[in-house]
Order: sequence, then structure tokens, then C-alpha cells
Amino acid sequence: MSMYFTKEHEWVKIDGTTGTVGISDHAAHELGDITFVELPKTGAVVKQFGILGSIESVKAASDIFSPVSGTVVTVNDILDSTPERVNESAENAGWMAELKISDASELKNLMTREQYDDYLKTL
Amino acid sequence: MNDSHYCPHTAKDIREMLSAIGIASVEELFAPIPAELRATTFNIPPGMSEFETFSRMQAIAGENSQGMIAFIGGGFYDHIIPAAVDHLAGRSEFYTAYTPYQPECSQGTLQALFEYQTAICRLTGLDVSNASLYDGATACAEAAMMSLRVTGRTKIVVDGCVSPFSRQVLKTYLYNLNVDVIELEPLDGLLNRNGLDEVLDDSVAAVLVQNPNFFGCIEDFSQLAVQVHGVGALLVSSVYPISLGMLKSPGEMGVDIAIGDGQSLGNPLSFGGPSFGFIAARKSLIRNMPGRIVGETVDRNGTRGYVLTLQAREQHIKRHRATSNICSNQGLCALRGLIFLSAIGKDGLAELASLNRDKAEYAKSKLLTIPGVTVLQSALTFNEFTLFLPKDADNVVAALLERGIAAGVPLGQYYEGSEKCLAVTVTEKRTRKDIDLLVRELEVALCN
Amino acid sequence: MQLIYEQSTPGRHGIRLPASDVPVAPALPADLLRSEAAKLAEISELDLVRHFTNLSRRNFSVDTNFYPLGSCTMKYNAKVLENSAALFAPFHPMTALLPGGAEFCQGTLGLLYDLGQLLADITGMDEVTTQPLAGAHGEMTGILLISAYHAARGNRAKKKYVVVPDSSHGTNPASAAIAGYEIITVPTAPYGDMDLELFKTAMNDEVAAVMMTCPNTLGLFNPHIKEVSDIAHCHDALMYYDGANLNAIMGKVKPGDVGFDVVHVNLHKTFGTPHGGGGPGSGPVGVKKSLIPFLPQPRIVMAADGAIHLETANPEAIGRTANFFGNFGVMAKAYSYIIMLGREGLIEVSELAVLNANYLKEKLKPYYDLPYDMTCMHECVFSASRQLEHGVHAIDIAKFLIDKGYHPPTVYFPMIVKEAIMIEPTETESKATLDAFIEVMIDAAQTTECNPQALFDAPLTMPVSRLDETKAAREQKICCIG
Repeated sequence: MSMYFTKEHEWVKIDGTTGTVGISDHAAHELGDITFVELPKTGAVVKQFGILGSIESVKAASDIFSPVSGTVVTVNDILDSTPERVNESAENAGWMAELKISDASELKNLMTREQYDDYLKTL
Repeated sequence: MNDSHYCPHTAKDIREMLSAIGIASVEELFAPIPAELRATTFNIPPGMSEFETFSRMQAIAGENSQGMIAFIGGGFYDHIIPAAVDHLAGRSEFYTAYTPYQPECSQGTLQALFEYQTAICRLTGLDVSNASLYDGATACAEAAMMSLRVTGRTKIVVDGCVSPFSRQVLKTYLYNLNVDVIELEPLDGLLNRNGLDEVLDDSVAAVLVQNPNFFGCIEDFSQLAVQVHGVGALLVSSVYPISLGMLKSPGEMGVDIAIGDGQSLGNPLSFGGPSFGFIAARKSLIRNMPGRIVGETVDRNGTRGYVLTLQAREQHIKRHRATSNICSNQGLCALRGLIFLSAIGKDGLAELASLNRDKAEYAKSKLLTIPGVTVLQSALTFNEFTLFLPKDADNVVAALLERGIAAGVPLGQYYEGSEKCLAVTVTEKRTRKDIDLLVRELEVALCN
Repeated sequence: MQLIYEQSTPGRHGIRLPASDVPVAPALPADLLRSEAAKLAEISELDLVRHFTNLSRRNFSVDTNFYPLGSCTMKYNAKVLENSAALFAPFHPMTALLPGGAEFCQGTLGLLYDLGQLLADITGMDEVTTQPLAGAHGEMTGILLISAYHAARGNRAKKKYVVVPDSSHGTNPASAAIAGYEIITVPTAPYGDMDLELFKTAMNDEVAAVMMTCPNTLGLFNPHIKEVSDIAHCHDALMYYDGANLNAIMGKVKPGDVGFDVVHVNLHKTFGTPHGGGGPGSGPVGVKKSLIPFLPQPRIVMAADGAIHLETANPEAIGRTANFFGNFGVMAKAYSYIIMLGREGLIEVSELAVLNANYLKEKLKPYYDLPYDMTCMHECVFSASRQLEHGVHAIDIAKFLIDKGYHPPTVYFPMIVKEAIMIEPTETESKATLDAFIEVMIDAAQTTECNPQALFDAPLTMPVSRLDETKAAREQKICCIG
């Protein structure tokens, strides 16, 4: 499964026409203890880099931007009660939503893991 | 330099400080302000001593008419205030602190606000409360905006029996937000339920009502709550907290957001402020609440303590996407509210509510003996009720003011066609003698 | 400490109610009544008094501790102001709104009118409304006034944006958003104020207003402020002045003279009224002549014979922003403050506020990074970036100060300064107090280098140590259960 990143620190894992979306370990660490994840509604249609949800820690609030355009198929609603899962496993169990991808060509606008790691060094 | 006792430096202090900065005069510190922008006039009168200042203030207060016997409400109510409220809220550890950003050295304010939130939740029968808003009218606007956020809809229905001041503030707040505000004309001093049926659909974010309403009438909104929830809207009710010693609570009615003005809870009339607004809601709405919220937690040793919580909703973090722009609230007035409620106590509030209603019912029965005076037939009331006079209420009220009595609020300027309506309020502070005087004077004014 | 509800015993009262002198009214139908009494505290008066007295002792306050909380102007609150406000406690605001009622309220209405005149002179405005209840409420009122101004000129739909610098208070963009505008944020230039070139690029004819704090939140006076307002006016945008920092400039410069069209004033900051543990504040708004028609109702006006009356039905007005006439009690205090200090006193306030801030800045500069090293106005903003090299954050320094008996400065604001420490000493603090504070700040810097753990452990002398804010946010226990 290939994984891509945005400059706003979201990731998407591609499995056929389905993309699983979350925030990067780096972003989770920067936010500190996460206290709330606002998830999108199932069936919501989002554009690439459009707002998918938001995430809050004690002293910060950030939007989550969708790495790809598509329709929300499922959300990880376990985060409603255990937002700390994002801190524990941002790039795995802390996933936020699964999208039916509407335009696979958009992936070219994203970074690979190596490119993202290089990007982090520039921050 | 002038020698004001609030500016403590001696000439020697100032010389030493200037020398530490490396400049010769205080004026040099203002060099960053371009010379052409400097003020050319400053027409404030010369200062005076503390004694002279207070004397001046006494003279100003003396220009208001003193000792008016008041039967007016309209959102502000003349209730008893236990002496302890002034003394405790007057402790400068409370009143000269600010927002408790540093919780370890602000546990006094934080715990008090937690206790305040608890009191408001218990009074309204709802799950969550914030740490205060500005006043009842702005709380009404905040509740409407909260409903718009929660539902994602753009229409607000407001009962015309809600205070005209709250409705005006609501419209002012929503002026630029592309929101439809639909006002329902009151029907005999009550919510116009047929009118509501016509406008209530799934585009409505919230229905706003008030209990007791501006006419003083009491309603049970339990069925309304079911109807409003049926279209996915929220029910917002403004309440008069003293009446909650007796009346069915918003929570019991199924109301989603309860709001109100806390002035009657231990805050003096003070010509309209400061008082405080309260807002309480169902738990699921907490993230859309405006303003500060205090939460319980523990310290490193497991000791219980209190902090400002859910701050990511607020303007200092979320800026233009915050749930509200409120920063300074009315914390000290909310503290007065808490002390008042704690002094009055559980049974005391119920007794106080009964006392208010008893006095008002006595006044109502006596006023109805005046020839030509009637009341709204259907309406049950708390401590405020609307009379129909045989004459224009404006003239009657103006005449009684000259006699040292504020007889009530004439409703003509707030409701078309209500020129003969007078809303009369009787709190526990009005004695039977005061009431009998009102009856006599009103009768005279009506006969002339 | 126990909660007041944990000290309750059924049947106790803190006060006896007046006896009834009227008959008991017939009961209301059961469906209108609550099913059980609200579980308020049940406590004796003495226990009540002890509870709240002991709570009060768990607070730092201006009266007990130096409180240099930047941007908040925590000056001493003269005691006579409390006495002044108490004189007005009995007056019912509805009296003034009754037919012929204004005549019976000439004292209180006159005070509001006179306070408006004084504030208009201080800010260089033409008229002031006292209705707004706090600074942010004033901001919203001011932006709505600007909106009404544009609407009256047929530009309601065209004007969509409000411009703010990135150093602004969070309330500025929040207030503009609540008033229906989209926000354009302009970055700060190395000279410590809104970047003039970027501002020029950001401006267009769809901008309704530019909101500025001057001096800004870095404590710096923007030398280009006139140019900024000229550019704004070229685009038919109005200039909004956030008066949070007015304490620096009274009698020195008037916002109205440098091109501002609307200002709000925080009476609880500049004019010595107490902050009340979070409020009440008061945020009167001053406007230039062209905006007077839109001022909220009731508007307090003076007739030719000197009598004060109320204008209540002006259709051009933005409506009403609060129940009555604003936080009158706060205004009675501010009015007392202004007449007591007078012209010379207010000028001295600003001079000494600026002197104190610059003195602290010079003394602390060797120990803390000063990202904008220039003459400041009433406050200065350091960064704990040097201390961060030892793992010590601004918050750790703040907690260290608490143990030493000082309320910490504002930390982490403005957001444009990393690890910001924003110090506003105010004019009422003596040199001795400032010197003692400087010693402690130096101690913090030195302890950072030799024993950073001491800062991480602080505070140790308070009723509680550092609190778990994450737990609070996740669990959301916001009232006492039971």
C-alpha cells in the first residue's frame, strides 16, 4: 500500500480506489496531547486540500485538510472517546476517515514518505 | 511631574530609571510617535482629591430621583441581596484578579466558577454551563449563534413574547450573517402556536422562547420541545432564575439551551449593569458553547484542582473560527450569583419564589378591584403580570412617576396596539403597604 | 478544598427571608412546577463566609501580588472607585425608559453623557456609546457600525473583508467574523509592526475595515500608522482602533488624529476599574461624525437646555447591543478615576507606564531574548528561546515566578513571538517592586542554566502543583455531579 503526505501533515494510504486518511506522527507530536478529533460525516464529499475535520489539543486547534478528493465512506469514531489514540499511533490506529477517491491523478500533488521527511527537515 | 498618589515614583526613582535606560527625560520614550501625530489638545479637567471625587459622585447620584417605589421589571428585578454577597465578592483577592490563565495561583476564582457552573446546571436542569456571558440579551444572541453552528441551518424563530431588548440585540448580532429571523406575534400574551406551526420546518436552527415571558406569563414548553426536535431544531429558553425556585426547569421541559440574565441573583440594579448572562445546555452541545468553561482535574500529586478547559473553542486560540468573540466576561457578577444562591440555599430559593408570587397575586387581586382594570384572562403568572387599563398606560405611568411610584412598564412602545397594557412587577421587597399605595394612586390616576 | 456542595447539610440556610405580609396564593398547576427543588448549597452564613474567604486566599490578585500580565493592564484599582459605584446600586434602568422617566435619572444619564465626552476627548472621537459590555463586545459593535456605514452608502454586499495584523488580539478576527466578515491577516515586518508593503498588496476596495492595536501587542508604536490609515481610506475602508493599549498614549496621541474612525476603550484596563477575576469589563465605542447616525439605541443625547434624554427610535441605528446602557457600575468607577486623576494625572499615567516598561526591558535584556529591540510603550515582549536551549519553556518560567510570589506575565502571546513573555508592569508599581521582580526574573534565567529541574517542578508553594489540562479537556467534568 502506498502512502502520501501533504505539506499540512496529513497522510493518505491508498488501497485501490480507497484512501485512508490521518495526520502524521510529526503533526501529532507538535500538537501535544490531543483532546478532541472532529471527524467528518459519512457520505460527506470533500475536495483535495478542503477541510475534512479538525483536531484539538489543550492549547491548539488545527484543521485537517483532505489529501485527496472523494466521499467519506467510514470514520474512525473510536477517536470520539479516545482521541489519545492519535498520539499513540498517528499513522496507523489513529486514522481518521476512509474515502472513496474520486480523482487518483491528484496523488501527484502529494509527497512520498522520503519527500515528506526531507520537507520536515526544512521546517 | 504631577504628584499623584497612584503613581509611586519619587523624582529620584525616575532619575535612576532614566539613567538605567540611558536617556535624559521621559519624553524621549515617546520619540517613536512621529511629531506630527502628537496630540495638540487634551481637554480633560484638572484632577482632584479622593474626597472631592467622592463628593462629586454623591452629588451626581443625588440628581436621580431617590426612593422611587418601583413595580418595574422588564429583565432587571429588585431583589434582596444578603450582606455576605457584598462582603465576600468585595474581597479584593477576587475582584482585583483577572481571568485565571495561571491555574495554580487562581484556584479561588476557578473553584468558585466551577461551583457557579454547578449551581446554574442544577437550577436549569441542564448538563453544562459556561463561566458567564455579558447579560441576558447577549446570551440570547449567543444561544442563537450556537444553534446556527450546531445545526448548520440559517433560520431562527423567536417568540414575540421574548423581551424586546433581547430580540433587538439578537437582530443586531445577526444583521450581517445572512440569517432569517422570524418573529412570531404574541397571541394573548402567549406563544402563538398556530403561527409557529406555519413557520417551523427543517430549515429552522432554533426556536427561542422566554419563561416567564415579557408579559409575565408562564408556559410549559414540554410539548413544544418535542415539536421542535421533530424538525431537528433546538429549543432555546430564556428564564428568570428566581422563578426557577418554583417553575418547571428548562431541562425538565426538554429545552436544549437555557439562557438568562443573572442580575436577580445578588447583583444590584445599578442602572442596568454589571449583571451577568448565563447559558446552560445539554452535554452534547458543549463544544459549541461560547466563552470560558472551568473543568475539574488533578495536579501532579493527584490533588483535585480546576482549570480553564476546552479553550481550543475560544478566540485566543481559534481566532476568527472561535465559537464566540467573548474574552472578558462578567466573572465577579457570576461569583455574586453563586454566593447569593448558596446563601439562599435549596429551600430558600423555593420560599423566595413563593414569596414573590404571593405578593404579585395579592397586588393583582387588589388592582383588579379598580373599575375598568382587567388582566389577560388565560395567563398564569409569576411575579410580573400585564394589566389592561381603561386609559393609555404611558400617561398613567408618567403621572405616577411624579408621585414617586414607578407603576410598571407600559407595553405600547414594544407592542403595537398595546397602548393600554401595563406590565407590573412585584418582588419580595415590596410590602403590602407599598402595594396598597400603588392601588390607591393608580385608581386616582385612572379616575382623573 | 471541599466544594460548597460537599459542605451542605439538608435544612440549613445562610439567610432568613422577610416574613410574608400577604395571603398565600393558590398554587399553580403541577405541570408548570419543577418536580424537585434545585440542589443548591445548604450552609450556614458563617460556613458560607469561611468558604468564600478561604477561596479568595487561593488567588493572586493586584492587591496581593505584582501582576504584570501583558495586554491586560493590571494596575492598582483605587478603593474610592468601589465606593463611587455603590452609590448607584438602587437605580433601576427601566425608570429611564418609562415615559417621562429620563427626567428622574438625570444623574446617571448625565454621568454616561459626561463620560462619553471625556472618552471622546481622550481618543479624538466625536461621540461615544457606552453600551458595549467589554472590549470584544466593543469590537463587534464597532465593526457593525462600520458595516452600517458601508450599507448606507450602498456598499453592503461589496465590502467583505476585514484586515488584521498577525500580531492582533484573537478577539479582533473573532469579532469581525461574528459581524459577518472574512479575515485577511497581514504578517509582521522585522520592524515589529504590520508589514506595510504586504498591507498595500492585501488592500482592495472590498475591504470594509482595518483593525489595529496601537501601540501593538509587541508594545510598539507603529510609525507608519498615518500611512496605513491613508491607504485604508483610499480604498474606502475604515480604521478600527483596539483600545486595549490606550494606557500608553493618553494625552500623547489621539487615535482620532491619526486616522482612526472607530475606537473601543477597555475601561477595566486604562481607566482603573477592577478586572473582577475575568470581568465585568466595559468597552465603550467612540466614532467619528460620519458614524454617529448608526450608534446603538438608546442613544444618550443632550438637549439645548442641558437636559439629557434618550433617542430610542432611529431607524439608521444598528439596533441594540446590550440590555440597557452598558455596565453602568464599571462606568461610574471609570468616571471617578478620570475626574480624580484629571488632565495631568492621566498624562502621568501614560508616561510612567511607558517608563516602567522600558526600565524592565533594559534591565532584563541581558538575560532574555528581545526579538524587537527598540523603545517600547507600556509593555515589552521577550522570548524564552535562549532558555529553551536548556529545555525550559516560557511556561516553566511562569510557574517559577508563581513560587516567588509573582503573577506571571502573559506567555505564548503574541503568537508571532516564539515562547513569548509579555510584561506589562503598569504605572502604579514602584521602582522597588520592579527591582525585586527583575531580581527574580534574573534568578529564573540563572536557574535555567544550573538547575532547570527546579523550573520544571514549580510551583511547589501553591495549593496545587501543575494541573493536568489534558485530563480536564478529555473528561469535561464541568460541574459537581450529585
